[in-house]
Amino acid sequence: MSLLSPIALLGRNCIGLMAAIGRISIFFFQTLSHIVRPPFYLKEFGHALLTIGYFSLPVVGLTTFFTGGALALQIYAGGARFSAEAVVPSIVAIGMARELGPVLGGLMVAARVASSIAAEIGTMKVTEQIDALVTLSTHPMKYLTVPRVLAATLVMPVLIAVGDSIGILGGYIVGVTRLDFNSAVYLHNTINFLEPWDIISGLIKGAVFGFIVALMGCYYGMNSGRGAQGVGHATKSAVVAASIMILASNYLLTELFFSA
Amino acid sequence: MITLENVHKSFGANKVLQGIDLTIARGQSMVIIGGSGTGKSVALKSILGLVTPDSGTISVDGQDVTKVERDAFLARFGMLFQGGALFDSLTVWQNVAFRLLSGSLKRPKPEAREIAIEKLRRVGLKPEVADLFPAELSGGMQKRVGLARAIAAEPEIIFFDEPTTGLDPIMSGVINELIREIVVEMGATAMTITHDMSSVRAIADQVAMLHDGVIQWSGPVAEMDNSGDPYLDQFIHGRAQGPIEAVR
Repeated sequence: MSLLSPIALLGRNCIGLMAAIGRISIFFFQTLSHIVRPPFYLKEFGHALLTIGYFSLPVVGLTTFFTGGALALQIYAGGARFSAEAVVPSIVAIGMARELGPVLGGLMVAARVASSIAAEIGTMKVTEQIDALVTLSTHPMKYLTVPRVLAATLVMPVLIAVGDSIGILGGYIVGVTRLDFNSAVYLHNTINFLEPWDIISGLIKGAVFGFIVALMGCYYGMNSGRGAQGVGHATKSAVVAASIMILASNYLLTELFFSA
Repeated sequence: MITLENVHKSFGANKVLQGIDLTIARGQSMVIIGGSGTGKSVALKSILGLVTPDSGTISVDGQDVTKVERDAFLARFGMLFQGGALFDSLTVWQNVAFRLLSGSLKRPKPEAREIAIEKLRRVGLKPEVADLFPAELSGGMQKRVGLARAIAAEPEIIFFDEPTTGLDPIMSGVINELIREIVVEMGATAMTITHDMSSVRAIADQVAMLHDGVIQWSGPVAEMDNSGDPYLDQFIHGRAQGPIEAVR
């Protein structure tokens, strides 16, 4: 028994993982099918736009601002080893637009939004508010999931665009004030080396990450266990799952967009 | 008329309903009693389709509930949940008028608000409460708002899930009285689940006792005290000794 138990444990975990992937896939397709079918709850959608998008601006802005500044310092220090300090503006811009803006923005929004969606819907579940929605002839997927998923998918590219700009601004401030770059040269190099696809690919990533964040928040909220512990577990699982899926999908999208 | 025939429901190894047979006549107030965890809520939720039975049939006015058009079917029901289940993000009047703000019963917003205020008045709440949020209300007020929401669209059938749980005896009496008045006034069919015997006596026309997954006894409320059923006797008198194990 003792020899087989690690194998049994591994088997149980694999089956559990497959079952979870299956359940999330079903939830994904259900969400898609409800997105295209009325009724649509515009007020809920508007509220979700505000809470997911507008209220995430400070956290995304601060994250990208400091990351842009740190990136400028790192590239300057690294570039100095082979006399390539001049590449700081272009690398900061490309790095922020392609990778750091979407990924860090996505992770910060996952922490802020996936947790709050999971906690809110989880609490609604344990207090029978979701059952109440059903008895009031309102489909919980349409009322709770669709507005949040749609809002997050649409608003994340905007957040990422703002985050990219603030991140580049962070790099610019550090470049000009700490690394003695000429302001006009820094801006010139930033604009010249940045291509439209660098920005667009980051925005597409943002939309995908937004979808993942809201989907995971809603999924774990809807499947929350009972009581405070159940809601706490759902919240934690939503953030962990959203973060892992963001990182995994980031790799896949990067392969898709930039592999030779 | 609501009919449950040989309804079974298990959650894993836990067999909650083991062949329930129950009939609730139109316009009657049926109260289902039974200890905690005996499946009263599961039976109620099975009728609404919130829980899917493993086997058996449930019909309303002869129509199998699994084969009806869901929206039209649910529009016939109102439900008061145990904890009120009010939506935290909406004001009191929006909660009450929820069904009137979208879907097939949609009314213009001012009219829906008027109806909500009228229903709030009916359950003894002042119009000033309408613009508060549920978190700003006491437990008794939340129950009343839940009751107002349950009757807002004038349903034919109203379900009450533990309507007096968590309330003081005076507020329990008020809620029981309101339920009785409203059910009689609307001519609605009512199904209440509770283990509060004062509620049973105030609300019920008929009583059914659920134990071990089956209906142990059912009959008119007037016959409840002289039923001769040892399970029912133990339950209504709250005795620790008897056929129902105190520790379940």
